[in-house]
Amino acid sequence: MAKVEMNVNGKAVAATVDDRTLLVEFLREERNLTGTHIGCDTSQCGACVVHVDGKAVKSCTMLAAQASGSDVTTIEGLAGGGELHPMQEAFRQHHGLQCGFCTPGMIMAAIDIVNRHGPDVDEKTIRHDLEGNICRCTGYHNIVKSIAAGAKEMGGSMKQAAE
Amino acid sequence: MGIEGIGARVLRKEDKRFITGKGRYTDDHNAAGQHVAVFVRSPHAHAKIKGIDRAAAEKMPGIAAIFDGKQLTGDGIGNIICGWMVHSKDGSPMNMGAWSALATDTVRYVGDAVCVVIGETMAQARAAAEAVEIDYEVLPAVVSAVEAMKDGAPQLHPEAANNIIFDWEIGEGEATDTAIEGAAHTVSIDIRNNRLVPNPMEPRSALAEYDNAEEHFTLHTTSQNPHVARLVLSAFYQVAPENKLRVIAPDVGGGFGAKIYIYPEEIVCLWAARKAGVSAIKWTADRSEAFMTDAHGRDHVSTATMGFDENHKIVGFKIDTVANLGAYMSLFSSATPTYLYATLLSGQYNIPNIHANVKTVYTNTVPVDAYRGAGRPEATYLVERMMTVAARELGIDPVDLRRKNFITSFPHQTPVIMAYDAGDFNASLDAAMKESDYANFDKRRAESEANGKKRGIGMSCYIEACGIAPSAAVGSLGAGVGLWESAEVRVNPVGTVEILTGSHSHGQGHETTFAQLVTERFGLPKENVQVVHGDTDKVQFGMGTYGSRSGAVGMSAIEKALDKVEAKAKKIAAHMLEAAEGDIEIKDGEVLVKGTDKKLGWHEVCLGAYTGHNLPEDMEPGLKEGAFYDPTNFTFPAGCYICEVEVDPDTGITTIEQFVAADDFGRIINPMIVEGQVHGGLAQGIGQALMENAVYDDEGQLISASYMDYQMPRAEDLPDFQVSHQTTLCPGNPLGIKGCGEAGAIGSPPAVINAITDALGHEGITMPASPHNVWKAIHGGPNGTNDNNQFERHITDAAE
Amino acid sequence: MYETNYHRADSLADAASKIGEEGKYLSGGQTLLPTMKQRLAAPSDLIDLSKINGLSGIEVNGKSVKIGAMTTHAEVANHSGLRDACHAISEMGGWIGDPHVRHRGTIGGSIANNDPAADYPSAMLALNATIHTDQREIAADDFFTGMFDTALKEGEIVTAVSFTAPEKCGYEKFRNPASRYAMAGVFVAHHGDAVRVGVTGASSGGVYRPADMEEALSDNFSADALDGCSVDEGDMLSDIHGSAEYRAHLVKVMAKRAVAAAH
Repeated sequence: MAKVEMNVNGKAVAATVDDRTLLVEFLREERNLTGTHIGCDTSQCGACVVHVDGKAVKSCTMLAAQASGSDVTTIEGLAGGGELHPMQEAFRQHHGLQCGFCTPGMIMAAIDIVNRHGPDVDEKTIRHDLEGNICRCTGYHNIVKSIAAGAKEMGGSMKQAAE
Repeated sequence: MGIEGIGARVLRKEDKRFITGKGRYTDDHNAAGQHVAVFVRSPHAHAKIKGIDRAAAEKMPGIAAIFDGKQLTGDGIGNIICGWMVHSKDGSPMNMGAWSALATDTVRYVGDAVCVVIGETMAQARAAAEAVEIDYEVLPAVVSAVEAMKDGAPQLHPEAANNIIFDWEIGEGEATDTAIEGAAHTVSIDIRNNRLVPNPMEPRSALAEYDNAEEHFTLHTTSQNPHVARLVLSAFYQVAPENKLRVIAPDVGGGFGAKIYIYPEEIVCLWAARKAGVSAIKWTADRSEAFMTDAHGRDHVSTATMGFDENHKIVGFKIDTVANLGAYMSLFSSATPTYLYATLLSGQYNIPNIHANVKTVYTNTVPVDAYRGAGRPEATYLVERMMTVAARELGIDPVDLRRKNFITSFPHQTPVIMAYDAGDFNASLDAAMKESDYANFDKRRAESEANGKKRGIGMSCYIEACGIAPSAAVGSLGAGVGLWESAEVRVNPVGTVEILTGSHSHGQGHETTFAQLVTERFGLPKENVQVVHGDTDKVQFGMGTYGSRSGAVGMSAIEKALDKVEAKAKKIAAHMLEAAEGDIEIKDGEVLVKGTDKKLGWHEVCLGAYTGHNLPEDMEPGLKEGAFYDPTNFTFPAGCYICEVEVDPDTGITTIEQFVAADDFGRIINPMIVEGQVHGGLAQGIGQALMENAVYDDEGQLISASYMDYQMPRAEDLPDFQVSHQTTLCPGNPLGIKGCGEAGAIGSPPAVINAITDALGHEGITMPASPHNVWKAIHGGPNGTNDNNQFERHITDAAE
Repeated sequence: MYETNYHRADSLADAASKIGEEGKYLSGGQTLLPTMKQRLAAPSDLIDLSKINGLSGIEVNGKSVKIGAMTTHAEVANHSGLRDACHAISEMGGWIGDPHVRHRGTIGGSIANNDPAADYPSAMLALNATIHTDQREIAADDFFTGMFDTALKEGEIVTAVSFTAPEKCGYEKFRNPASRYAMAGVFVAHHGDAVRVGVTGASSGGVYRPADMEEALSDNFSADALDGCSVDEGDMLSDIHGSAEYRAHLVKVMAKRAVAAAH
């Protein structure tokens, strides 16, 4: 058994888990954070993407034990004080989701894209950087629009925060 | 139209929970005392089960029970049904073999379930499942439908000689032959429609609970039609009587047809929960299981000949199709390659004579059933490839050939059952050509060629049939159920509204669009309307969501119920306001007497209905109405898609440079959602055309069994879509809706392939036009080394 | 996943002491964990190398480059000094897997596994790199010994790779359309006196150096120089994504493109 301690969505958590427990299993089963989904078993679909120490990773391809000592942010941790994160709001405004199953991973990946490429990221880069996230409903058209718009909003709020 | 009424781009009510991670899918539900189920599946495509040794596995830690097929059938659990009876042309009923949810003596595809292991944890159940020893006698397997029909091929079911389930026809054979024999020109093509894996992103899941005090079952499941699931589980599989079984399809992460069917896992989990004496059992597929157990789609091989007169008018169309149905007959597997396919072979064209022959065949592969489009993509691919190939062979413009043969007056009775009620095919074609700058394609081609690339443009003028369907009509064709829809509108005393619907939303946005009907009707904000679906305890009955039917059929039922609510509310208001019923108008949340300043708030009328203090004589209190809507005809969405591609001859990579969709869906309730449906359908159709392919080896192993080998369309593979609508209203239903859920997947594959063949300068490519296949088509020529062509050659052999 | 015991090593010696006979080192885990999830690998112990000091980071001194084994693909892709010295390896890093994989996967893990479809081994060969381990230094030419096979001894740990930046380099790959792994990846490096070429993804023997291409390019470093080279189909992998013939063709096309892109 492995003792794990980490910050999940800003909250310190500790547990003893089977060594082979994946981070996604820890989040879903131990923490009841079921917003992080499992869509494949070969580390390709991206439904399980969370942020570990500020970077997007596949929580199905990381042991909970590996994440011990880290800060983990899931889809449930994005909306602060009832306010949606600008990327969440952008997905709603631009119909960037249908069944919603890939959406948490998409939004976490989208924020990571903006973190890496900035608020003016173009649609070509967005499409390229979604290579680790599969959606079967939207044809990606509105996801790409959502991310471009969300990026701009994030840029605006980053600027605001800096001022 | 109000700002949130019919036709408005209303943002989705359901989004908030999904974007915050609060969606509640089946696997997110847990029950006290829950165990997990792991299925022991056959690694062989065809084998006899000689023995099962589970003694060691049963003793492993945490294992509550291990059951097999003999126990299942011994307890009277019924075989899995096919819901549509199709007769062969000689009048004999289809030759259906038995399918037990757990195999009893023979396994017929890799993934066929043999045992179920019930354990406390997934790790324990998995370990025990590996310890179950099954002694198989491996039998020869066959995966190609054409091969399976040959003498000497492995036989799957004793009922089906040469593995042929039925040999069915539609249309007039002799008249069609005569027309083609007398034609000035004939064009023939061989077509393969590749096998696909639906791949909704949420894998299937079931949580079966058994309350032994009440002797009552509850099933949470990933279903597009929970009421149908309850009916079938109860009436045919004898799991529990309907009144002792509640089926809930909560948030469902995509369906695309694959979640229509009631699969072995749901049956087994319910049965095993009681038998094992555990309170609840959960099973969730991993993606590998999904690949090898979700019903696959398509998998046709066809030959077709079309005859033209000297003016290039079509005189006859003859089609011979072999459809692979896999190892067992899935729920609608018989209807998909017959009534959902061959009835659309007239396309958008005046064709006086059509004859289609369809043979359906058992093979040692995953069962095949309806997948987004279901039969109509296969028909459209055949018709629209034919029109383009014919135009090229006749040396005329593919646009001209289509226009010359378009149906332009309605209603139009085709020779293959369908009576098209409305449409304007030239309007969509004009719009698509304009949007794609079709006229200037040659300039763009020259630019590509200057860069060493090949460029092509292709179109597809599709028509499909949705809104399935008039119950009596489908009943006469063999359907086991009626295909109406039900709705109930409950108005609460405070004036808020609940719509209970038998439709099920798994991405379609019903919680928003259905509410828009109420907003339109009574002027209530959408926040005051709740759409309730997916729970057999809440909604009395329904037929579910598939075949693009929830607008045309589901919303029509809601409209009918709203008519009744409105009529009663007006009666109450007239009585309360002492006015004539005909003068009452409901608008913007108020109930007015026309031409006066007399009015009541909507909520006051609703409260009046429930207090019952001042109602018209003989009127029952309350404001709640239900309706069943049975359609009068199918609906006929149609449109024109134009695809432009660039091909890199060095690698065979095809890039979609633009994709234009011009659709006629009839009345549109929410354009934002409709466009989203088109985008998603296009992605799946383009996926079929370029990437997706379920491939078996000769031993029946599914080689493309994960995302490592089955290419899913990704964002980078697809262009920005250019989508527009040209509307003719459907005359057959109260809202004029035709349906939009499948059009993209139906219309797009031939547009893509017509574009690629235009770029290549020959027709020698079949789907998927993967880089490898395109490269072979370029370097091997039209009769080159394209492995896929072996299917076409086989069918020719079979006919000899 | 089968049962396993997770250990976090705090030093190379600690790691080596814990590996045992059936253990495996865990770096980024982006290949090992999926393999374990598929129950295709069942190491008794997993020794996590991520907290060992000094295994991560990129040093560039003029032409001399050293990349720590635990450096992630994302770090390789985004290091401006490395990009200036050897742009093709940065591009390679930015082309592996997807952004999430690049945040976790490491160069050391990739070369130690020597997956025939991995990218880095081709760069190591073309760059004439040295593989540093906790025990010795191994020339790349001696390191990659066949598909999933390396010169590493049991328990030996890759700590870094180093190479001298070439005058010109380029990397092009044709990705498997489904998995996005390399189906034909070609790294070319012009070292002044000689040209070295590494080919990954295509060959049934794993990563390799095509002698005739190297010779042709050493005489004339241009895409046209490869016209006369042939790639033997008999050495190529064949599967549903591409026949041996197609792969052989792609190797040449990617080689020409890599040369054309080299600077």
